[in-house]
Amino acid sequence: MSNTKEPLFSAKNRKLLSIPMSKENPITIQVLGICSALAVTAKLEPAFVMALSVTAVMAVGNVIISLLRKTIAPRIRIIVQLVVIAALVILVDQVLKAFLYDVSKQLSVFVGLIITNCIIMGRFEAFAMSNKTWPSFLDGLGNAAGYGWILIVVAFFRELLGSGTVWGYQVIPEGFYNFGYKDNGLMILPPAALIVVGIIIWVLRNKDKELIEEN
Amino acid sequence: MFTNRYIFTYASIMVILVAAILSTASMVLKPFQEANVKAEKIQGILASANIETSREDAEVIFADHIIEELAVDTKGNVVMLTKDGKTEWFNDEIKAAVKYTRPFEIKLKEELRLKSYAEKGETVRPAIFPIFKLKKDGKEFFAVPVRGMGLWGPVWGNIAFESDFNTIAGAIFDHKGETPGLGAEINQGWFEGEFTGKTIFDEQHKFVSVAVVKGGVANSNISPSHGVDAISGGTITSNGVSDMLQDCLENYVPFIEKTLK
Repeated sequence: MSNTKEPLFSAKNRKLLSIPMSKENPITIQVLGICSALAVTAKLEPAFVMALSVTAVMAVGNVIISLLRKTIAPRIRIIVQLVVIAALVILVDQVLKAFLYDVSKQLSVFVGLIITNCIIMGRFEAFAMSNKTWPSFLDGLGNAAGYGWILIVVAFFRELLGSGTVWGYQVIPEGFYNFGYKDNGLMILPPAALIVVGIIIWVLRNKDKELIEEN
Repeated sequence: MFTNRYIFTYASIMVILVAAILSTASMVLKPFQEANVKAEKIQGILASANIETSREDAEVIFADHIIEELAVDTKGNVVMLTKDGKTEWFNDEIKAAVKYTRPFEIKLKEELRLKSYAEKGETVRPAIFPIFKLKKDGKEFFAVPVRGMGLWGPVWGNIAFESDFNTIAGAIFDHKGETPGLGAEINQGWFEGEFTGKTIFDEQHKFVSVAVVKGGVANSNISPSHGVDAISGGTITSNGVSDMLQDCLENYVPFIEKTLK
């Protein structure tokens, strides 16, 4: 440990936040957490709540694991990580059921399935187990944000094209429908999320040639 | 570095701590969750009679539209009647056996279980079933809850009848986890809308329920007034809805025959 105190938002720490948003994005680069990205992105509101829930679980979880990291015996570390995730997810689920009942019904099993979201476990194992609390917190936030913004972008397009609404409000004018415009039913189904995620990956790789692997 | 004893102690303390946190959270949040569930139940009853509500004003709107809540047994006797906030009992034996303070609280799942026990010949208290008498725009409706099994889990709903307790005025369904796009379509308007105008008694006043027919009503020998088209690819859920209507609506037949004919 160095004696000079590192500033809270040093360049290194800022990177922890920014890199998972782009270069190491959990969904578009690491292709983790795809299952929930398909399932909850038909509408913007559940996608947003899902992103918030994952953020809460990931940031708090990373902090807890980082605090405990020296006490966790390597042999039971996966179990400890799972217990932490499961406990946090159950808390989130209970809070949603109490205060955001309709959204929690839409998210249904997918809140519970945050437990199996590989991004969270991955960050615990790869980062929080071997880093200090504050960087771990930032890493959790960064990865959750990287996951969240993809979710929200996908949900925006799926809701707009699939239902003609954004956050439940009609945005495509009635006149369009009179001229024969129709909502695209495919966009409501899970495969459409794959297509949208694919397009996002394509756009990202076009903007940043570094992401393209050599073959 | 870490002894077995350390690991065991660590794991035990962790589990107990987590259990304590979770059970506390569950206890604190329970009243809020129950209020949501109650509002949803009210919304379901009102929605079957085509009365729009939001979760917040569900209880107020329910109070506006409810005339009386009844509970009937399978012999057609009224067991419990709640009107203007006052509950009257007509069967002391059942009153002593249940905790319900108004028919709204009746747990259909429990009552259906009692009914199936009774059919197997076990001695249990008689099952009772709720009826909600509603008024809307000067017309009276009878709304009843239904519950059954789909493919993956329970399906349930509410059916509202016109004042003849024969013609369906509206139906809504919901499910726990039916297949999206297939069985899950039962909670969509196009499927629920099929039920409006169907009748559960035939011309001879015999109970026939409403069947959900695979392959379409037009291609079957079921009269169009007692059947609706099933969902393609959702056969087991469709059958579940069919059985649910049969099992739940038949409980009201003695009551209907006794009081309305």
